[in-house]
This record gives sequence, C-alpha cells and structure tokens, in this order.
Amino acid sequence: MSGARPGLAMQDITVTFGGLTALSGVSLEARPHEVLGVIGPNGAGKTTLFNVACGFVRPDSGSLSWRGQELPRLRPHDLAGLGISRTLQGLGLFDRMTVLDNVLVGADRDARSGFWSDLLSLPRATRDEARLRDRARAVLDELGVASYADRYPASLPYAVRKKVALARALVAEPELLLLDEPASGLSDAEMSDLGSLLRGLTDRMAVMLVEHHMDLVMSVCDDLVVLDFGRVIATGTPAEVRDDPAVQSAYLGEAVTDA
Amino acid sequence: MTVRRILVQPVVLAALGVVVIVLVLTAVDDFRSVQLTQMAYLGIAAGGLTVLTGLNGQISLGHGALMAVGAYTTALLLQDDEPMLPLLGVLVVATVVTLVVGAAIGVAAARLHGPYLAGATLALAVAVPGIALYFGDTLGGEQGLRVRVPDAPGWVLDAAYFVTGQDLTPSKYVAFLGWGTLVVAYLGLAHLSRGRVGRRWRAVRDDEVAAEVAGISLGRARVSAFVVSAAAAGAAGFVMALSVRLAAPSGYSLTLSLTLLTAVVLGGLGSLTGALLGAALLTFLPQVVTDAGVSAGLDDIRAAELAPLIYGLVLVAVILLAPAGLSAVSAPRGTGRAGPPRRENPHEHSAQAAAQEVGRHDRRPHLVGPGRRLRRRRPQ
Repeated sequence: MSGARPGLAMQDITVTFGGLTALSGVSLEARPHEVLGVIGPNGAGKTTLFNVACGFVRPDSGSLSWRGQELPRLRPHDLAGLGISRTLQGLGLFDRMTVLDNVLVGADRDARSGFWSDLLSLPRATRDEARLRDRARAVLDELGVASYADRYPASLPYAVRKKVALARALVAEPELLLLDEPASGLSDAEMSDLGSLLRGLTDRMAVMLVEHHMDLVMSVCDDLVVLDFGRVIATGTPAEVRDDPAVQSAYLGEAVTDA
Repeated sequence: MTVRRILVQPVVLAALGVVVIVLVLTAVDDFRSVQLTQMAYLGIAAGGLTVLTGLNGQISLGHGALMAVGAYTTALLLQDDEPMLPLLGVLVVATVVTLVVGAAIGVAAARLHGPYLAGATLALAVAVPGIALYFGDTLGGEQGLRVRVPDAPGWVLDAAYFVTGQDLTPSKYVAFLGWGTLVVAYLGLAHLSRGRVGRRWRAVRDDEVAAEVAGISLGRARVSAFVVSAAAAGAAGFVMALSVRLAAPSGYSLTLSLTLLTAVVLGGLGSLTGALLGAALLTFLPQVVTDAGVSAGLDDIRAAELAPLIYGLVLVAVILLAPAGLSAVSAPRGTGRAGPPRRENPHEHSAQAAAQEVGRHDRRPHLVGPGRRLRRRRPQ
C-alpha cells in the first residue's frame, strides 16, 4: 500500500500434494522496505509457501507477481536474476569451497566475464573477479565474519556459517530477501543481533521471513501473515495479530507455562 | 603480489613447464620420448577428466571413447601423404568434433547422477569401438586406420636445431607436439577452474539447491563441464593417434577409460598437478618395476607380471595413506580440491554440531513472549 513499486505478491495460491492441500487460497504481499513475517504452527504450509515464492513448487492455481509482473513459469535459477535472494533452512553452504568462494557464488549473477575471457584469463575477467571479491569481502565484513574468508565452512561454528549463508544471499544486492528460519540455532544474543541487522536491511530491500521464534518475529516484522492448515487465518501488524481471536484459538489453545 | 603468488600463476607455470619440457626432451633418447608422449596424452585426458569429476562431481567411464573420437578424426584427416590440413588444423578439428560429441553426451549426462551416470558413460566406452567395427569400410574395422604423420616443416627443424643443438627425430617431433598440446590444454583448464566458470562447477558439485538459488543453471553448468572435459579428451586422442600411428578399436577399450580414472584418483580429484602425476605413474611404473624385477634376478615374463601387482599395491596405498591423492601430499591446502577440507579439530567440530542440533530442537516449540510455551490445538 505504501510502496510506489510493488514487491512480491501472491494471489490465491493453492498447492496440493496428492490428496493433501498444503496451501489453499493464500494471498500476501511483501512490500519494499518492509519485513513480512510468515508464521504458523508446524505443518501450516510455511515452507511450501516459501518454495512457491522461489519456484521450487509450482502452484495448482493462483498467481505470483513481482514488481507488478506475473511470473507464470518461475524456475529456481531465475530467481537471482530477478533480484530475489533466499537462504536455505539447511544453510546449503558449499563445503569444499572457502567462505569467500561461497559468497562469490552468490555474486555470480553480476559477473560480467564469460566463458572465453575466463578460459584465456583476459584482463577483463581478472578485473571483474577482483571487483566481485571486494564486494564479497565487504559483505562478510558488514556481517562481522571477514576473518573467516579463507576457511572452509565445515570447520566453523554454526552461527558463523549462518552468517556466511546470509552473506551469500546479500552479496547479490537483492530487492527481496527470503529468509527461511533465520533464527534457528542461534543464542538469544545472536538473535537480537540478527533482529537489528534485518531492520537495517529494510532501507535497501524487502524482507520476507518464515520463523518460529515469536520474539524475533514480533520485534522485527512490519506485517505478519499467520497460516494454519494451509489457510491464512490472520494478517496485520504484530500487535493486531497477537490480539486476533482466530490466532489465539489456533495457537494459544493450550498455553503451557514453562516450569 | 608476492613472489609465491606470481609463481603459481598458470601462465608463469606454463612458461616454466615449456623450459623443463625442452630440456628433458633434448636430453632423452627416442625410446624415452615415445614414453613421454604417452604420458602427455594420458595427462591431457586425465586433466580433462579431473575437472569433470573433481570440480563438477560427474563421473565418466567413457573418456577413452572420447579419445577414440579425437583419434579417428585425426586418422581420417591424415590418410594421404599430402594432408589437406596442417597438423594444428587437424588438432583443432579433432578437438571440435570430440567437443560436439561430448556436448551431446553431456546433455544426456546432465540428467543423471552417480551410478546412473557411470552406467551411461560405460555404455559409451563399450559402444564406440563397436562403431569402428560396424563402419569397417570407412574406419578400418579391427585393423584400424593408419595415421600418416606428416614430416616436420623445415622451419620447425631449423628452430629445433637452433634451440636444442640436435636434429629433430620424428618421435621427438610428436613428443614436442604432445607436450605443447598439454601445456595449452592445462593452461585453459587451470584458468577455467580458478575463475567464475570453475566456481559454478564446484558450487553445483557441492550443493545443487543452493547453486540454483544463486542463479546457476544446473544443466548448463554440467553440460559445460562435460564439453570442456570432452575437448581435452579429443586433443589427447589426437596426440595418441600421432604417437601410435594407428587408430584401432583395441587401443580405446574400456581399459583406457578406467586407466584415466585411476590416474585422476591417484593424483587427487580436481588437481591438474595430480592428473599429471597420475599419468606419469601409469606411464613409468610398469617399466620401472619390470626393470627392477629383472635386476633382482627374475626372468622377463615374471618381471613383467610384477607390474600389475605393484600398481595395485600403489593404488591401495594411496587410497589408504593419501585419500585426497598424491598432489594433496605436497599441497594440502589446494583450493577447489575434491578431497575433504581439513578441519581444525574434527572431534571438537562434531561435538559442537551435535550440541547445536540439540539446541535447535530445543527451540522448536513456538515461544510467544518469555516463559510461555504454546501448543497448537489439534482438531479431533
């Protein structure tokens, strides 16, 4: 509603796997300069929604549009070219490549040198490579993990690996960043760091995240979409959603106080 | 740039390589130069294969067959005493023809993984010699095609005499051609593996989903790796045809494909140095072992039987002692190597990972505000 330029919009998305309806008539919009959170209990369809957004799952009906243009045949490798980056739940780091190389893969779509200039190692390819290397180092530096640039991911702590995965998504300078459970496995301190980092990103891009951690979601998101059994049961600001009776009954049915 | 970094630039290494090659080929006799030519063509093909298998994770049991394509193309172009093309042109045609065949196979291979890919390329290795038999009129059948190696041009003879101070024999001419081809092929392969193209190949090898999300088309990355690898095999077939002066089905059996794969594994997947080491081992080990057997008092036949035994033992020893290959022994931190990266402390790492795994599941339940754990109410 606010942005002059529309972001990612889903209209009446329905996905079925065999007889199981994973998503049913879901609509949402990730707008520029905002953080959209998708929440819901396990099995609510969050991951399916994410996979629709990046082309891994093709919806049975409904439409997907990006900057006002429909994307009827979105394939995963088209995503980067459209200015959309995503992180993966399992991180998906390249284990036999250095951290810097991992991030450079994220910058691949901006590489200007082609096969022949690579084969002959023309100055053009070397210059291009140096430019991308600088950019990758800058992103690693921004996330505070530049000192690991020459290490292999498998030897690094989980929180560092998560930042490497995030750096790989950010180095493409996307207009929309899709984050799949960015807070999983992080300590409370690391999570609040992540929160402020995500808020800082909104001046450059739209962010859409799927997350379990309510603390993070409530403090970071501008808008929330609550899914339950593949349907949107509530949308609105975090405060509105918290007070929504439908959310309360789906979510807060049996509130258990921690011992 | 530090001296060390300048020294490992491919162009600098190639220049040093040329100097070494000229010195060595000048010093050895004709018999050794034939062996060195063999090392060159095995090295070129192994170099292409190590890029495919080590950097892109595709296995090929059919590279011997791709060499056959290059060799037969060479033979067909060198049937007459007056060849229609200069040798360099023959090399280009042989490489391009193999590249096209490789592209066709690569498109099919891009859809296959692991054992299926091994099976498909194995079929290639078995089928290609059969094609030579089937089209016996053109391709010479079992006997194969003779290759007429043109004489070295006058300026080459003059230049060789000027540099080495001796006359260039035909087998040394072929050895120089073979090693020249190797230097050019390795230079190209090294540039590709270090650059963006190689990074794409490695990304696809390590994690397909993540590579795809980063905008890499899996199919294109796989096919391009196969094409590059096939081109190297074609160039190797050209050198082999010149060296053995014959293109016959028996030379390009499954054994050749397996030999190449062994060279690559021995040397270290993904490493060009390793591919060259592996080729050297395959070329010289049988000779060295047989000689040692004879001098130890064995008769010729028994000494020759010793070679496969020692070869097998070396293979087992390398796999046990240096699983990342011979090249990793001297340069353990090579980038882009297919061997597992070294961990600072593997035990610490796995304990840490386990702890994180536990921590992650601990946090799975949905927390709304501190202290409250909420569960969904499941409809009955």
